[in-house]
Amino acid sequence: MLRYALRRILMMIPTLIGSTFLVYLLVFLIPGDPVARLAGGEKRLSNSTIAAIRDQYNLDDPFFVQYGKYLWGVLQGDFGHDFNGNSVSTLIATALPYTVVLALSAFVLKIVIGVCLGVWAGLRQGRFPDKFNLFFTIFFLAVPGFIIAYFSQYVFGIKLHWLPISGVQAGFPLAFILPAIVLALETASPLARLSRTSLVDVLRSDYIVTATAKGIGPQRIMWVHALRNAFVPVVTYLGLSIAALLGGSVLIETIFNLPGLGGTLARAIDTQNGPVVVGVSVFLLLFYLVAALVVDLLYPIIDPRVRHA
Amino acid sequence: MPESTTTLIAVRGMRMRRGRPRSGLRSLWKSPFFDIAALIIVVVTLMSLFPGLFTSIDPRDCNLSMSRVGPQPGHPMGFDIQGCDYWSNIVHGARTSLEVGVYTAVLSFVIALVAGSLAGYFGGITDSIISWTSNVILGIPVGIASLVILYQFRSRTVWTIVFVLVLFSWAATMRYMRSSVMQVRNLEYIQAARGLGVGPWRILRTHVIPNAVTPLIVMTTLSVGAGMAAEAGFSILGVGLRLPAFSWGIQIALASQDGNWQIAPLLMFFPALMLGLTTLAFVVLGESLRDALDPKARR
Repeated sequence: MLRYALRRILMMIPTLIGSTFLVYLLVFLIPGDPVARLAGGEKRLSNSTIAAIRDQYNLDDPFFVQYGKYLWGVLQGDFGHDFNGNSVSTLIATALPYTVVLALSAFVLKIVIGVCLGVWAGLRQGRFPDKFNLFFTIFFLAVPGFIIAYFSQYVFGIKLHWLPISGVQAGFPLAFILPAIVLALETASPLARLSRTSLVDVLRSDYIVTATAKGIGPQRIMWVHALRNAFVPVVTYLGLSIAALLGGSVLIETIFNLPGLGGTLARAIDTQNGPVVVGVSVFLLLFYLVAALVVDLLYPIIDPRVRHA
Repeated sequence: MPESTTTLIAVRGMRMRRGRPRSGLRSLWKSPFFDIAALIIVVVTLMSLFPGLFTSIDPRDCNLSMSRVGPQPGHPMGFDIQGCDYWSNIVHGARTSLEVGVYTAVLSFVIALVAGSLAGYFGGITDSIISWTSNVILGIPVGIASLVILYQFRSRTVWTIVFVLVLFSWAATMRYMRSSVMQVRNLEYIQAARGLGVGPWRILRTHVIPNAVTPLIVMTTLSVGAGMAAEAGFSILGVGLRLPAFSWGIQIALASQDGNWQIAPLLMFFPALMLGLTTLAFVVLGESLRDALDPKARR
C-alpha cells in the first residue's frame, strides 16, 4: 500500500509540473506586454511603477526562473497580490467555502439521482424505467447546463417566487438549492448510464446464476451480490468526478451569482484583474490534481483487486 | 499457412468491415428520433450556409425605438436590446455556432485519428510520448484552463475558440482510438496482411483504421454539440466572441447581462431554444450512429 502511494505521488509530479507549465507557457507565448495588459491597457504608468511591477512579478527573469519562482510561492500558499493590494490567498480562502458547499450538495444530489435512475433502469430492462433513463441521459447530456440554469431561474425564481436565484443572502439550504440541482442534473447522466450498464453486466454474470440456482432469494441476491459488485466501477467514476465538480462550476456560480471560486474567477475576468485570474485558476488546478490524487489513494480500499495491480 | 488461405482470411476481414456498417446505416432511417434530429441539423446547416433563405432583414439594421419589443407581424421573434430584428440575428448566428462545433469536432477527430493510430499500432516510445502528453492534458480541468488561455487573447475569432477547445478535447478521443487500434492490430487478418509483406503504413491505412474508427466517428458526432455549448459558455463568462460577430452564444450572453432576460425572457428563450435543439440533435444523431455502426455497444 505504501509503495503504491509513493509510486502514485511520484507519477503525479510530472502531471503537476506539466499541466501548470503548459498553462504558464501558453500565457507566456502570447505576444504583448503583460504589465500593460494587467494594468488594464489604457492607463499610463510611471517608469518606476512599471519597474516595481516587473520586479514584483519577476518579469525580468528568464522564463524558467519566473515559472519556478511562481510555483515555489504557490507551494508555500502565496498566490501573490492583485493591483488593489489585496492578497489573492485571502480572496481564495473567502471564496472556497461557497464552492465546497455547492460542490458537495451537487455531489450528493447527483448520486441520488444518477444511481437511483441507473439501478431502476437496470432492474427493469427494456421497460418504462429503462426508456425513461435513456431519455433522461440523452436530454441532460445534450442540453447545455446554462440553459437549464436560466430555465430553472425563470420558472422557480421569477414566475413562482419559490427560491432565490442570485447571491447567498438566503443562507445555506435556500440559496444553494437551484444551483446544486442544476449542477447535479448536468453531471448525473454519465452516472445513470454507468450504474445501469454495470448492474446489467453483473446480473448476467455466472455467480448470480449460481446464487439463483442455490435458491437464494431475489432480495438477498440484489442487495448482497449484485449491487455491491455493480457499484465498484460506479464508485471509481464518482471519485474521479468529485474533483471535476469542485473545479467545474464556474459557469453555474456565475449565473447564480455565488461568491465561490468560479464566481470570483469570472468576476476577475470581467474586471481584467490579472493576478486574481492567474491565482484562482492555478489554485483550482492544484486543488483538482490533489483531489484526484486522494481519490486514487483511497481507491484500493474500495476495490482490493487494485492493490496488486 | 499456404498463401491462398492467408489471402482468403485477409479478404474476408475486409468484406466483413464493408458489409456491416452499410446494413446498419439502413436501420437508422427507421427511428423517428433520428429523422427529427437529421431535420434539425439540415435546417441549421442551411441557415448557416444560406441565411438569405430564411430572412431578408439585415441583422444590423437596428432601430433603438424598437428595443425589446416582442414578436410582431414580419418579426416573429421581436427585437433585441438594440432594436435589431431577433430572428434575423438568430439566422445569422447559426453559422458561427455551428462552425465552432463542427471545426472543433473535425480537428480533434483528425488529431485523435493520427495520434491514436500511431500510439496504438507502433507502441513503444511513440506510444509513451503520445500517451504521456494526453495524460497531462486529461489531468487539467478543461473549463478553467480554457478560461485562462482565452483570457489572454485580446481579440478572439472562431478559430481562437476552436484552437482552445481542440487543445483539450483531442486527448480523450485519442485514448479511444488508441485502445480500439490495439484491439484490432493483432487480429488474424492483420497478421495475414503483415505475413504477405504489406508495409506498416498501408496496413494502418487500409486495414487497421477502417476497422477501428467507428467509436471515434460516434464520439466526434456526439462532441459537436458540446463545442457549440462551450462557445456560448465562453461568451457568458466574457471570454468568448464579442459583438459585432453574430452567434447564439453572444445573444445568450447579451440577454443574460444586467438581468435583461428577466424583463424580456424571450431574448433568452429563442437563442437558448435553438442552441438546445441543435446540441440535442447532434447527440441523438451520435447515439443513433452508435446503435447502427456498433451493435456490440448497443444498450
